[in-house]
Amino acid sequence: MINTFLQYWVTLFQHEFVQNAFLAAPIVAVVTAIMGYFVVLRAQSFAGEALADIGFAGATGAAVLGISSLVGMFIMTLLAALGMGALGERIRGRDVEIGMVLSFALGLGVLFLSIYTQNGANATVGVGVLFGSILSVTRTDVLVSLITALVTLLVLALLFRPLLFASIDPVVAQARGIPVRLLSIIFLLLLAFATAEAVLVIGVLLVFSLLIAPAATAERLTRRPLTAIILSVILALSFSWGGLILAFVGTGSHLPVSFYISALAALSYFLSLLMSRLQSPRGYRALPHPSREQTATA
Amino acid sequence: MLLEQKYSGVLTTIQEEHKGNLDMFDFLTYTAIQNALVAGSLAAVIAAIVGYFLVVRGMTFTAHALPNVGFAGAAAAVLLGLEPVVGLLVFTISAAVAIGLLGKQLRERDIAVGIVMAFALGLGVLFISLYQGYAERVYSILYGNILGINQTDVLVTTVLSAVTISLLFILFRPLLFSSLDPTVAETRGIPVRLLTITFLTLVAITISISVQVVGALLIFTLLIGPPATAMRIVQRPLWTILIAILLGVCYTWLGIFLAANGLFGISGTDMWPASVYITSLSFGVYLPIRLLSPLWIGRKARRHATNLKSEEVLSQERSNNDDRLVYEAKGVLEVF
Repeated sequence: MINTFLQYWVTLFQHEFVQNAFLAAPIVAVVTAIMGYFVVLRAQSFAGEALADIGFAGATGAAVLGISSLVGMFIMTLLAALGMGALGERIRGRDVEIGMVLSFALGLGVLFLSIYTQNGANATVGVGVLFGSILSVTRTDVLVSLITALVTLLVLALLFRPLLFASIDPVVAQARGIPVRLLSIIFLLLLAFATAEAVLVIGVLLVFSLLIAPAATAERLTRRPLTAIILSVILALSFSWGGLILAFVGTGSHLPVSFYISALAALSYFLSLLMSRLQSPRGYRALPHPSREQTATA
Repeated sequence: MLLEQKYSGVLTTIQEEHKGNLDMFDFLTYTAIQNALVAGSLAAVIAAIVGYFLVVRGMTFTAHALPNVGFAGAAAAVLLGLEPVVGLLVFTISAAVAIGLLGKQLRERDIAVGIVMAFALGLGVLFISLYQGYAERVYSILYGNILGINQTDVLVTTVLSAVTISLLFILFRPLLFSSLDPTVAETRGIPVRLLTITFLTLVAITISISVQVVGALLIFTLLIGPPATAMRIVQRPLWTILIAILLGVCYTWLGIFLAANGLFGISGTDMWPASVYITSLSFGVYLPIRLLSPLWIGRKARRHATNLKSEEVLSQERSNNDDRLVYEAKGVLEVF
């Protein structure tokens, strides 16, 4: 019994696409988990989702122009991040600006897709980017995502202390002379850079699942930033590997990996929500945390 | 997904009847276009009204997430052999109630919305993979198919729009109050939470209606674009809503007009979907207004402040206010 099980996995891992999936998933998971912590802390989950979706427009645009979809994604998401940062100077009003940029980018995406399909190609290109295709990751993809991940983490490590300060208490950080506005734009650009690459590898849906859910869960379970980040990374890793393993174990009806990963992510968040509701007294969380309202009135 | 395939039925009938002599406005006589115009206008009107409240409440993300949830619902309905609109309604309404119950704080709500959306999209992928047939019908929900609207769709749209508009009419005052200042509304005895859930249900119905027009990906253009632009032009809620309706209907008509023109090869443009024109128009109008709005919004806010004598009292009173424009105006006041 155990022997056949082991044999199944050994034969499975002889396929390159399986190896690539199991390599690419953790790389993306680590980056999104760490970036995600700041995204959750800064209440920018909409921006994260928007940037991932805008990547879709970039990829379809690149397909029309015949350039590499990675380049298309980088251009599109970096431009969008700059636009969001420039248009929305106040945190509270930024939602609408993000929405407008996102709607325009999605319109462009649909336009590119319709041009592309008129030339006789298949529309599944766009759908593939939206929902991801972790099982079709190539060796080059793994390498490129490794490099992007290292660059992202390096920049993040350099910015770590001021960024954390500015994320937790922008007002005090500003008073202490930290360039909060500049940091916020740099963070959006970094997020654009990280998501673009991740979207190409695993799709919009999974990037967003791995960006928000592990960090939000970790942030509910612990207050310490470093512990939360480590917990978030562990959760993201277990979701991505867990999703892959589940997809391969359920040999009967090959359900998509993205379904398993997003379901695991959602489940963990709602469990943590339930736990923290049961544990902490009412209103406890609301006190020392930087809510959007506080930053907006400042 | 090929446009030629999608519209081939419409195209052949029109070309047969007209034998190539198409005038710019001739296509208005065709039922497909008439259906599109009726359904599109209705969708634009409700989307503008509902969207105004969404923007005031800072729920842009919800406007983006619910259509995606609806996509999963449509996929489920197709899998079960039901009409997509049933799945859309069931999924969007349950997600709306869940979102209304989950997050009280803005920050928490955004996260909950995001995770609900990601999970729903995951379910959508699951349903598509389980569906044996060609998922064309589901994908057309993602991108919208305005010329594929039939008489039944128009009827359903009309009935649902009538229900939504009359409910909004009844709830208008308390809804506006609780959107602009939830704290004060709550102390005045308005059931804020219940109102929020009712409102989100209306949003869900609106989204289910307008999915066919612009598609799940682009619905929130109709929801957010016109109100966001209108809020930059005027400040009174009623005027804002009226201007938003006007803008939304204009975008939709122009979009359908341009798309139909392209489709019939009249003006020599390519066949682009109507949603592309609608989003481009929406962004193209919004951008200059957004950039120039400090000019007139600032003047208004100053006049308002001098009328009330004390700027400090004004800003103190409004500091808890949820209205985005008030912050904007305050920012301008600080500058002057």
